[in-house]
Amino acid sequence: MWNFVSPRIVFGEGALDALDELQGHRALVVTDINIVRLGLVDNVKAHLTKAGIDMHVFDQVESDPSVQTAYQGAQMAQDVQPDWIIGLGGGSPIDAAKAIWVLYERPDIEPAAIAPVGDLGLRKKARLITIPTTSGTGAEVTWAIVLTDTTEKRKMGLGHPENIADIAIVDPEMAAGMPPRLTADTGLDALVHAVEGYTCSWHTDLTDGLCLHAARLVFRYLPRAVSDDRDMEARERMHYAATCAGLGFGNAMASMAHAMGHSLGGAFHVPHGRAVALFLPYTIEFFSSQAPDRFAELAASAGFLNAGGEQGARQFAHQIRRLCHDIGNPNSVSEAGIDRKAYEEQLDKLADDAMNDTQMVTAVRTPSFEETRRLFLYAYDGRIVDF
Amino acid sequence: MAFKFPSDEWVKEFARQINSSKAYEESGKDWEGDWIFTVEADDAYPKAVYFFIGLYHGKVTDAALIESENAREAQYFMRGSFTTWRKTIEGKLDPIQGLMTRKFKLKGNLAKVLRYPRSAKELVNCVLRVPSEFPS
Repeated sequence: MWNFVSPRIVFGEGALDALDELQGHRALVVTDINIVRLGLVDNVKAHLTKAGIDMHVFDQVESDPSVQTAYQGAQMAQDVQPDWIIGLGGGSPIDAAKAIWVLYERPDIEPAAIAPVGDLGLRKKARLITIPTTSGTGAEVTWAIVLTDTTEKRKMGLGHPENIADIAIVDPEMAAGMPPRLTADTGLDALVHAVEGYTCSWHTDLTDGLCLHAARLVFRYLPRAVSDDRDMEARERMHYAATCAGLGFGNAMASMAHAMGHSLGGAFHVPHGRAVALFLPYTIEFFSSQAPDRFAELAASAGFLNAGGEQGARQFAHQIRRLCHDIGNPNSVSEAGIDRKAYEEQLDKLADDAMNDTQMVTAVRTPSFEETRRLFLYAYDGRIVDF
Repeated sequence: MAFKFPSDEWVKEFARQINSSKAYEESGKDWEGDWIFTVEADDAYPKAVYFFIGLYHGKVTDAALIESENAREAQYFMRGSFTTWRKTIEGKLDPIQGLMTRKFKLKGNLAKVLRYPRSAKELVNCVLRVPSEFPS
């Protein structure tokens, strides 16, 4: 027995018009200051005004939102008493919106205990709308929440199926202004979701197709979207790829590249998509003997001829490295600009945090502490994994 | 030799598997907290059974079949039907998925449990290593 959870998804050009029909009184938009500056909050406000909804804005969400930010947003929600919470932005504002919503409805729960067990009892005060302005995180259609414990410099994987959005508005116009680097980082995040959703131990027939198609779209359209920001076809297809991958991995799980990426991001603030994509080829090589056919199937689906089996998996890792290279993303931690000494000083913590990340639960091969440490070292140097 | 589930011999073998697991010793090195597992009666098994497992710093301190959920002090409680436990022991149900689909119920400090996913996974690996037999 398992569940497939999804919001109602309104997608395509003009999808934001769905806000015009919204029933309610007050909305709290959770976002960041850049989204305000880009005028995207004004876009949302224009639609909410048509619906007769009074809008308030919490724009203090930082990259990798902290537990403290979630509490601040929840306090504002308590003051405003919204009946809609709207997560507007990339993964950080949307994750923050989910956490703020939970804390608004359940002030008795501490953020670290938001887990998919028992009942949360949400939707007594408000409902959630998610509007992504990047094409990659899939946060608009997942119930996952990543918050950072700033004291321990550790990302926490949280969430409960109840905190999935009621409505996800996937309008490619909202992501049209992404600069190339953000397009690359977030687009690669979608690829990692697709690959890990397809190869983790919780994948199902209901998620496989979404992951395969999302990976195919990323290989086809991400280079175009990065190289030409006016290529609206590529941008639109990437926006849908992100949502497909979100539905895929969100109803299966991610895996070790996410665990390692969370760990690196917590310690060195590497953007999430860049971090997880950097580690993906290494984890594929590490897993290649355990689930070779799954990776080879992904490669074949994306149009790469391969030898099948373990060799096919390794060829797929190579194709991912090539994609990262072609769009200007790092293929090693060293290329990501992290100082070797600082990295080695953090190595035990990096390995420990990765191994205790919730995404490790579905890894098809369980590494020892020493193997995890070695993987971090191989990823620093850009060495092909041979153990 | 197979161990009958549920029995005191079975839980002691489970404890032996945990204590010989380097991976659990490593992942649970900071864990402090005792568990009581309740096997609830269902169509396949007529009466409830209770197991105590004491866990401290990567090792089992004590493991026993006990009379009731209140027979020993513990900080964490996990309940599920006999059939749910059987599926878990046979490797047919991931207990984390079991918790998410409410086949298992958990009581205790959830925030603390969530910090030890690797230990949880290794405990599952240990349970899979117990040669188990079930009443027909």
